[in-house]
Amino acid sequence: MMSDTAPILDLHDVSTQFPVRNAWGRRVGWLRAVDAVSLSVGRGEILGVVGESGCGKTTLGKTIAGIHRPANGSIRFEGNEIGGLAANESRVLRRHLQYCYQDPGASLDPHWKIGRALEEPLVIHTSTSSAERRARVRDVLAAVGLPAGHLDLYPHEISGGQQRRVGLARILMLTPSLVVLDEPTSGLDVSVQATVLRLFLELRQRFDLTYLFISHDLAVVHLVSQRIAVMYLGKVVECGDTEQVFAAPAHPYTQSLLAAVPVVGGRRVTETFLLEGEPPSPGRLPSGCRFRTRCPRAEGRCAEEEPALRTLADGRTAACHFA
Amino acid sequence: MLRRLLRDRSAALGLAIIILLVLAAIFAHPLATFPRDITQYHPPQRLLPPSATHWFGTDRMGGDIYSRLLFGARVTIMIAVVATSVSVLIGVPVGLVAGYYTNRTSEALMRVSDVFLAVPQIVLAIAIAQTLGPAIQNVILALSLTYWPFWARLVYAETRSLRNETFIEAAVALGASPLRVMVLHVLPSIASSVIVRTTIGMGGTILVAAALGFLGLGPPPPSPEWGRMIAESREFLPQAWWYAAAPGIAILLVVMGFNLLGDGLRDVLDPRLRRGGNDR
Amino acid sequence: MTADLLTVRDVSVSFATESGTARVLDAVNLSLRPGEIMGLVGESGCGKTTLARTILGALPPNAQVRGAGLEFAGRDLLRLDARTQATQMRGRAITFVPQDPFSAFNPLFSIGDQITELLRWKSPDRAPRRFGYPRARRRTDRARALALLRAVHLPDPERLLAKYPHELSGGQRQRVMIAMALLPEPRLVIADEPTTALDVTIQAQILKLLRTLANEHGASVLFTTHDLGTAWEICDRVTVMYAGQTLETAPIERFVRRPMVPYTRLLLDSLPSRNAALQGIPGDVPSLVSPPSGCRFHPRCPQASDLCRVERPPASVAEEGHLVSCHHPHMATQEAAAG
Repeated sequence: MMSDTAPILDLHDVSTQFPVRNAWGRRVGWLRAVDAVSLSVGRGEILGVVGESGCGKTTLGKTIAGIHRPANGSIRFEGNEIGGLAANESRVLRRHLQYCYQDPGASLDPHWKIGRALEEPLVIHTSTSSAERRARVRDVLAAVGLPAGHLDLYPHEISGGQQRRVGLARILMLTPSLVVLDEPTSGLDVSVQATVLRLFLELRQRFDLTYLFISHDLAVVHLVSQRIAVMYLGKVVECGDTEQVFAAPAHPYTQSLLAAVPVVGGRRVTETFLLEGEPPSPGRLPSGCRFRTRCPRAEGRCAEEEPALRTLADGRTAACHFA
Repeated sequence: MLRRLLRDRSAALGLAIIILLVLAAIFAHPLATFPRDITQYHPPQRLLPPSATHWFGTDRMGGDIYSRLLFGARVTIMIAVVATSVSVLIGVPVGLVAGYYTNRTSEALMRVSDVFLAVPQIVLAIAIAQTLGPAIQNVILALSLTYWPFWARLVYAETRSLRNETFIEAAVALGASPLRVMVLHVLPSIASSVIVRTTIGMGGTILVAAALGFLGLGPPPPSPEWGRMIAESREFLPQAWWYAAAPGIAILLVVMGFNLLGDGLRDVLDPRLRRGGNDR
Repeated sequence: MTADLLTVRDVSVSFATESGTARVLDAVNLSLRPGEIMGLVGESGCGKTTLARTILGALPPNAQVRGAGLEFAGRDLLRLDARTQATQMRGRAITFVPQDPFSAFNPLFSIGDQITELLRWKSPDRAPRRFGYPRARRRTDRARALALLRAVHLPDPERLLAKYPHELSGGQRQRVMIAMALLPEPRLVIADEPTTALDVTIQAQILKLLRTLANEHGASVLFTTHDLGTAWEICDRVTVMYAGQTLETAPIERFVRRPMVPYTRLLLDSLPSRNAALQGIPGDVPSLVSPPSGCRFHPRCPQASDLCRVERPPASVAEEGHLVSCHHPHMATQEAAAG
């Protein structure tokens, strides 16, 4: 379900690459972590980005957030082009686009008191007075459910869960409209995961946020996102409404991915799972469709022609000749 | 933190020695038994062994060694503090900038520091003393020029490894300028290493200064520099053993004091920083 | 009813730490039958890795172990001397598959070297010779290594032997680890979260492999995990732990469909697949230095009573094959349809 108004984030043919160096430090090639990705995120929605290690989802998140510079393509945020700009040029335009680390507590300087760390975004970007800053810090701290006394503590003096909330509070200080969440529930126990997800949803409602939810955990993404994009080796292979994709995945990789996720109390994956082998090395990609070396439906055509992301009947997009 | 430091007995000893040194320097005048022996000579009383009047004996000009030692503490402290401070003030910013950036400037900075590192301190000090004459400021100059690369190297390495820390990356992503990140985030994190190195470095500086004084390159007489006192004592050994022993032991104690304090500081500062929310 | 292969009875382990004595395991009970795959499920800090290491005999020196008994194949491991432990049990009768295959390998030696070293000392057909490694034995060992590498579906095993750990992918390393764990023909393989670090498609392959090979070699598996999904996939029975105490043991089907202990029920309810309301378990995992008295879950348990605070519930048989350590287990009658 796409929103009618203009999307808050619009990516078109974005690629990010890293130099591959040999033992002498000489550049011998490029690794395309993100390869010609096009997506859009509607205002207020949660778009899940899933894929396994090496698929490029983290690099995509960091590229959008400005930590990496894209080699080409356009990234439009709130109508402004931010892709090709240098860091200081896009800083102003990026103010409402924030990036949340997998462990938001680790984004806190251990030598800074929490109050000071929370004021820092305001100090850098705005010219509000210190009284105004303190008032805003108190508000946001309350919004994430932490007592005002925490302002005078150091990060190592509070629990890991509370550190996470402080990290989130820091992101919220600049009233972002889009937050890139990078593996927010990775490594968390299942019981804690639910609490954290709930916090994210509450904050979204309270602050009118849009999320780009990057995760390898399909069950979690299914739970919270409205739309989902599946990535494999740097490309988006399928994108569409979450329920539709989960119910009837169009791309063979999505099918295998969903088939691999254990369902407690349901069918046993290990009895039926068929996908063999490992993903090819990103430096030596197969010709044509990248997934063809493991795809149960691969044919001759798949080696010759790389499938483009086409729109299917129900509004989804998939990059497969047979979708 | 001070309490934790004092719990370590050797560090407490080191701290006590340093405090004693500082007090000796500040209160040299009232503490000295013969305060005017810095400039006055009493040849009839030369080379007297330690006694009730002259606690550490007298030197070849009849000056009371104890009093001269106290005033020598001033020289020692001045050289140590100024030379180390200048080195730190040059070395730390160089290391920060070189470590933070990965461009040709940072490479150039580190190569420059390598050049200075390659020069042996004593040799440079001799050269400077020959050209400019022996004086306390030349000693400080020679020491600073050869010492700053140690700090540059240390700070460079620490900054490099810190650059990949999440909180630094987060600060950059937040929009903090490089200057802000370097001064407000990197510097506090490496401060403990710098403090420890500085403390131990002071001890090393004193040793080198004493060596320079011994070679005659330090502040000229009648300045009661400890190294020079040892040099003067050479021709009167082994009979006038107190003449070399007193300044020698003074140097030993002071250097040891700085080293102990530095070690104690390292134990106190480092684990405290590593303790970070790991309550799993 | 065949005798149990492994019986852990009232075993407690504590560590001396800076902040006090951490009572990591508190009178833990566990039993394992020959040829079965037992899952040890629990969240972080529950003690499952410590229990695994206790059975393996690989605890750090500041650990104190007490207990009524830790019987394995008729021998009490608690009373065994260190030498017999090291030569006959650990790495031979009981082997280990670690969570992070990368750091378990020595980065400076090739895979082949490390496998050969294992075979040299822990080969099942003979006692190791302290000096000398005759060529004939080297050849048979190599053949065995290659055969097992093929059994774990690793392509081109000859070339693999020459490779170094960093040249393999995570999935490949874990396959080698499993092969190495099965080479000494063990009775028990302890797998400590072996698929946590792997992608889900690789995980499916590894789980299938582990189960197939364990069955073929007749080995039992103690499989620790915090992920109920992986436990569901390959375990025959499951034991759930919380803060150093074992709470419930049951066959996997019954565990999932009719859990009796409140903690287990809450845990199953917080799985994303059945958790649209995003219910977590309120509260925090307790400190092991000053844990709650009695049943350690009582501060967070919706059914806690005064008895729970005072007395640690003993292990009792609720139904055939279903053990619970709870004062208020939920009996079958009022169960709603499971998800």
